[in-house]
Amino acid sequence: MRALPFRRRAIGAGLVAVALSAGLAGCASSQGGTGGGAAKGTYTIWDPYPQFDNSSAWVQLLNKCGTSAGVTVKRTGYDTSDLTNKALLASQQGNAPDVLIVDNPVVSTLAEGGVLTTTADTKIDTSSIEPNLLAAGQSGGKTYGIPIGANTLALYYNKAVLKAANVDIASVKDWNSLTAALAKVNEAGKKGITFSGIGTEEGSFQFLPWFWGSGAQLTKLDSPAAMSALSLWTDWVKKGYAPNSVINNTQTTSWQEFATGKFAFAENGTWQVANAKKAGFEYGIIPIPAMNGGTAPAPTGGEFVTVPVQKQTDRYATSEKLVTCLTSADNSYTTDTTLSYVAPTDAVQAKQVAATPDLKVWVDAVHAAKGRTSDNLGTKYPKISQPMWTAMQAALSGSKSPQAALTAAQSTAAAATK
Amino acid sequence: MRGRDGAAVVAAAPRARASARRPRSGQWAAWAFLAPVTAYLVLFYAYPLYRNLDLSLRNYTVRSFVQGGAPFTGLKNYGTVLHDPTFGPALLHTVVFTVVSLAFQFTIGMALAVFFTQHFRLSATLRALFLVPWLLPLIVSASTWSWMLNSDSGVVNSVLHYAGIAPVNWLTSPQWSLVSVIIANVWIGIPFNLVVLYSGLQAIPASIYEAAALDGANGWQRFWKVTFPLLRPVSAITLLLGLIYTLKVLDIIWIMTKGGPADSSTTFATWSYRLGFGNLLPSFGPGSAVGNLLIVMALVFGLLYIRVQRRQQTA
Repeated sequence: MRALPFRRRAIGAGLVAVALSAGLAGCASSQGGTGGGAAKGTYTIWDPYPQFDNSSAWVQLLNKCGTSAGVTVKRTGYDTSDLTNKALLASQQGNAPDVLIVDNPVVSTLAEGGVLTTTADTKIDTSSIEPNLLAAGQSGGKTYGIPIGANTLALYYNKAVLKAANVDIASVKDWNSLTAALAKVNEAGKKGITFSGIGTEEGSFQFLPWFWGSGAQLTKLDSPAAMSALSLWTDWVKKGYAPNSVINNTQTTSWQEFATGKFAFAENGTWQVANAKKAGFEYGIIPIPAMNGGTAPAPTGGEFVTVPVQKQTDRYATSEKLVTCLTSADNSYTTDTTLSYVAPTDAVQAKQVAATPDLKVWVDAVHAAKGRTSDNLGTKYPKISQPMWTAMQAALSGSKSPQAALTAAQSTAAAATK
Repeated sequence: MRGRDGAAVVAAAPRARASARRPRSGQWAAWAFLAPVTAYLVLFYAYPLYRNLDLSLRNYTVRSFVQGGAPFTGLKNYGTVLHDPTFGPALLHTVVFTVVSLAFQFTIGMALAVFFTQHFRLSATLRALFLVPWLLPLIVSASTWSWMLNSDSGVVNSVLHYAGIAPVNWLTSPQWSLVSVIIANVWIGIPFNLVVLYSGLQAIPASIYEAAALDGANGWQRFWKVTFPLLRPVSAITLLLGLIYTLKVLDIIWIMTKGGPADSSTTFATWSYRLGFGNLLPSFGPGSAVGNLLIVMALVFGLLYIRVQRRQQTA
């Protein structure tokens, strides 16, 4: 009887010792990461792709790039909405990752916080990147990262629904012809268009092609052009061309509506191409038309690869190798295919279109696209975007007229960006 | 047993040897026992509260958040928040959301608790079923509610359609969004009220009901004259806990409406979250100021409760 408790205790003590030493080993190895100094050691990478686990092509690419740079890569995937504050906190505590992959409109915010190095500091070559894509990572004449790929918005259409409503897609060239097509679809008893008008950044992202397509500028939210863009959306909802649920739709729920096969059009992104193939009906894609014809500039989505500021500046040389590896032509092709993105360079885009001709419309859309923080807006953009989505919600839900909503938005934005 | 004996021996030995030093070593032991809880309180309660207060009293930009050196601005963030056009509606929505949610949760919870005191076949199973909303992760229940209340494809509107009632834009009209999140919150809160009140009912001796019945009290009178007064302490704590839970409800509203459309379902909790995390550019100062106002509101009610309770005890 006595021997048993003793043995139990011994086992317990042994377990504690094992746990402790494992914990210590854990500490030791993580310390090796930040205190590595020269090329030897562990380099940390944070990305917003939590959907990829260690067996994925993405993580294997990270490991491969680490190996060829002579270091071990420790990767953590975060939810994209979490990543800004995580990166800010980490920098505050002096333990920012060596390489940070982050949504493009966040780059200027992090740069403002002094979190990021410039590509001049780290000697990262950005010369092959298309200027309109690189612009989202530039502010005050400096470049703070390199895009890993780009995505943007276009209009998906359901061929069967348009056929039933007797609409020829070639006739949809500007806002009037699009609205006319929606009216026909509506008369035929089908639903017109779905988009995401939710009260978050996602809503602003979806509204921007129409806003910019009207010729409006983010610096003046209450211009007549901006009015016509918001009235377009509001009228669609009022007339029933767009369902009321757009007010609460995320891009995912909006896509689910389109996937029911009852809608003629959906405004959605490059990343839905794979889902579109699974939808079970024939679809096509056209660029979002501008008010008076032509392609409207849609906002660029997609992430930037950045190098956060480190105490030990000798780490940058290896970080540069990692970044260059991740964004090299071959790897860029693989990564952008995995993520369903359009590559940021002409050469890789050509390769993508050669492999998948469907991507042509997306490549064109990306050429016409524009960064949200471009036009030297930088960190002013978030302060304009929030009043804009608030106005959008107010107008779509009928609590304010588009005019009143945009006037209020402009005064809020002007006060915030003063 | 062996361990306890051993401890007794160890404790007895120094007592015999050095009784003069006893108070001091006893004090040390007391401090040693206090240390874990003190460290815990300081680390996980006092420091975060202090940081939150500090955040709300300084003008933090993204740069000063990272690099330090945010200037002390006193109550300026509170001024900004008070003069924000969102403040009035957010306060009103917080009060309406809390009061209406509590009223329905408590009334329905009480009715169900009384109902379940009568044992009938499968009553335990049925009671367990009522606990389901409590067991579900909030993200699941809130997402389910937002599907059900969807204007175009939600089950609620299609039922209304068959009943010949025009569809309601539950989540997307400024008139209904607050009602919708309250409905979902009431549904989620009923089990808590049911469980606590039910266990409170178990503590009321059956003999009192028998005596009341002998005196000719009917069911309604038994409830109002026996159950309700005897359940008052339990009711008070249920309501207070419910109040604190409801004041800080964020997830349900955020998932269902994001506080919209046009701020029509924004409460202090969602507003604070939006300021701190819901934008590409976080405004830490005003966000923490709103959070602190919320803490103060909960604290005021907590103190009120303690005072009322004390008065009851002395009375």
